[in-house]
Amino acid sequence: MTLAEAIFLTVITASTPLLLAAIGELVVERSGVLNLGVEGMMIMGAASGVAVAIVTGSSVLGVVAAIGAGMAMAALFALLTLGLATNQVAAGLSLTIFGLGLSGVVGAPFVGMQRAGIAKIEVPFLSELPLIGPILFRQDPFVYGSVALVAGVAWFLWRTKAGLVLRACGENPVSAHALGYPVLRIRFAAVLFGGACAGLAGAYLSLVLTPFWTAGMTAGRGWIALAIVVFASWLPWRAMLGAYLFGGLIILQLHAQTAGVRVPSQLLAALPYLLTIVALTVIMALRRGGGQVAPQALGRPFVPDR
Amino acid sequence: MPLLAAEGLTRRFGALVANDSVDLTVMPGEIHALLGENGAGKSTLVKMLYGLLQPDAGIIRWKGDAVTLPTPKAARGLGIGMVFQHFSLFDALTVAENVALALDDARPLRAVSDELADISRAYGLPLEPRREVWRLSVGARQRIEIVRCLMQNPDLLILDEPTSVLTPQESEGLFATLRTLRAEGRAVLYISHKLEEVRGLCEAATILRQGRVVDRCDPRQQTAGSLARMMVGAHIAEVRRARAEARIGPVRLRVDHLSVPSEDPQGTALKDVTLEVGTGEILGIAGVAGNGQDELFAALSGEVRAPEAGNIVLEGTPIGWNGINARRRAAAAFVPEERLGHAAAPRLPLSENALMAGHAKGGFTRRGLIDRGRMLGWVDAVTHAFDVRKGPRDPEARALSGGNLQKFVVGREILGKPRLLVVAQPTWGVDAGAASLIRQALIDLAARGASVLVISQDLDELFEIADRMAVIFHGRLSPAYPAEDLTREAVGLLMGGEGFGPGREAA
Ligand SMILES: Nc1ncnc2c1ncn2[C@@H]1O[C@H](COP(=O)(O)OP(=O)(O)OP(=O)(O)O)[C@@H](O)[C@H]1O
Ligand SMILES: [Mg+2]
Repeated sequence: MTLAEAIFLTVITASTPLLLAAIGELVVERSGVLNLGVEGMMIMGAASGVAVAIVTGSSVLGVVAAIGAGMAMAALFALLTLGLATNQVAAGLSLTIFGLGLSGVVGAPFVGMQRAGIAKIEVPFLSELPLIGPILFRQDPFVYGSVALVAGVAWFLWRTKAGLVLRACGENPVSAHALGYPVLRIRFAAVLFGGACAGLAGAYLSLVLTPFWTAGMTAGRGWIALAIVVFASWLPWRAMLGAYLFGGLIILQLHAQTAGVRVPSQLLAALPYLLTIVALTVIMALRRGGGQVAPQALGRPFVPDR
Repeated sequence: MPLLAAEGLTRRFGALVANDSVDLTVMPGEIHALLGENGAGKSTLVKMLYGLLQPDAGIIRWKGDAVTLPTPKAARGLGIGMVFQHFSLFDALTVAENVALALDDARPLRAVSDELADISRAYGLPLEPRREVWRLSVGARQRIEIVRCLMQNPDLLILDEPTSVLTPQESEGLFATLRTLRAEGRAVLYISHKLEEVRGLCEAATILRQGRVVDRCDPRQQTAGSLARMMVGAHIAEVRRARAEARIGPVRLRVDHLSVPSEDPQGTALKDVTLEVGTGEILGIAGVAGNGQDELFAALSGEVRAPEAGNIVLEGTPIGWNGINARRRAAAAFVPEERLGHAAAPRLPLSENALMAGHAKGGFTRRGLIDRGRMLGWVDAVTHAFDVRKGPRDPEARALSGGNLQKFVVGREILGKPRLLVVAQPTWGVDAGAASLIRQALIDLAARGASVLVISQDLDELFEIADRMAVIFHGRLSPAYPAEDLTREAVGLLMGGEGFGPGREAA
């Protein structure tokens, strides 16, 4: 394996969990809900995934459990913000804090237990190609899955009626309600989808990337996923670009540290957020005077009157 | 057999009975007017007919059969379409997407665009399917709402105050469409406060007062005055005013060669606008919507700063660079045309809305803390003086009916005793009784020495209250003429741009 191949491979593995969580949150935000609890849902996915995988010996069941845990956390969030119309920012922050704590309890019995990672899928012949073969065609199922998910979400949001309705709920829930759409139910489904994606991202961390559990192992990736959604100006393919860019930055940061480059690590860690600000500024400058990038009703609770 | 018959429909909001055992019958091929004061319960009634609100009692019959309408989808399924009082469009989406959202089958967007083009041609409602809504004028938005109802081939079309935001030309276009629909045998349920319009268009009317049906009539056999009397249950006061010479004094507000580019790419830049308003004077500014009225209002209120401080002079002080608060502290007051969202924050109670408008001048705070008692007292005062009908003492702004909110936002400023009041569309969506109340209040304000600048599309209104009138066209302002020297024809010509030569100053 050449050095270039090695770097590309690590970038892909570092980016995939970011992409999974970001694409889920993108759908949530498109429906008008801001769930800042990505980090909490993700780490619950990581803890539950590794726990079930070790107990049952099945990675597949582990992944299913991780998705379930993410969705359960999301359902809790939905109960608060959709059912009781509480403040979404507060509920999301609490969800993160709650998830970080609870995952420590769930994962405690499994600390230090190592298990085999998930096998990679080799595409016959294509994986033999020089350079791009190993990078593109010898990956684990999550990597392929994440790309398929981006394509699926892009298709859903812009090519289907259901996707149009979901975006409408994020733009103007009052009008969507007036047209007879069940805004809260649609938002609930979106929030659950976001939870499933975050749980899946967690499973990737604890079953593939580092196949064991350590407390707090998400290490802020949920927050980066949130930044990616903004960086991407709520567009799926741009979210993929953002995920790979920010994943690359994480790897760069690691290499810079081991190589002893004298750049403060804090600065590198802050880069994704700085880039998000820059990207937003550039996007707004380009569309001067025209429309909004963010879903118009993002973060605003909606209470229908019957 | 009636197309639609409501029998004994009742709907309560808490203690308030918005509809009290209402009976309504609409025949096929009829344009049926639903009339009533602000807060009479018209919107509530039609929302029940569209499945958006559930009645507490009563039944709805459709073509003779009793039906329940749990959702708007159910109503659309029967053949009922509705255009709401406040737009229900999605600004960031395209016209075609907005239309697709109102259709119940999952047609591909391309098919929607094609059919939309057909319908808009057939009914003379021009629309570009691929445009985003935020780029469109109010009239075009209204057309989307109507086209998307027509796409479902409805037997009954409900229109809740469709013309209150349209220019006279746009209204004419709408009436032509409605007459076409009638000729096709469809029925229209039409809510409007413009009684002349109702007389020319509708052949039946049901009149609501405080949630009850008080009368039914054929509006063609009535006068606007008699219709208004049925709505209010009393004679509507004529607006009275004192002779102008007696009260108009020296210039208080002077706008001097003001040119401002528009912030909105679709907007109109102001070009070399000059005007003067004296003390005790009401200056009316007429014009077709979208000719720079929004920009003029923004420049006067301070939402947009003038290029030179001296472009706007209030009582001898240049204020062109001052912000809104500084202008309010100088005893100026402003009422923008969009009541929900611009003049009032929908989710805040009235008292807090009053605080926001009044905080610059103080009075609602004591040592930096909000004086709730004073605020509530203020709400009560406005409610009383302007007859604002509402349920609880201090509801959220969005819970008020459209006209009542308008009375509140205008009343809030007038009661603040400003020396300059700039008001856009003071009586949009306001019923005849309340409109005369608001106009009288503006006249009384001027009679006490204040200067009033009214921007309006309603020529009748301007002729009723203005001492002098000017016309805005493509961002330029005509000279102001004494109202009694003007005819409607003359103003109409100016509104059409006659006398505004290209590139030269208004004659
Ligand atoms: N969601 C709501 N909650 C509480 N009260 C309401 C609500 N909607 C309407 N009302 C009240 O019901 C009454 C009737 O309101 P409605 O909107 O039907 O009046 P309207 O006849 O359409 O008036 P306008 O001409 O001003 O639009 C009003 O007093 C209003 O304040
Ligand atoms: Mg109404």
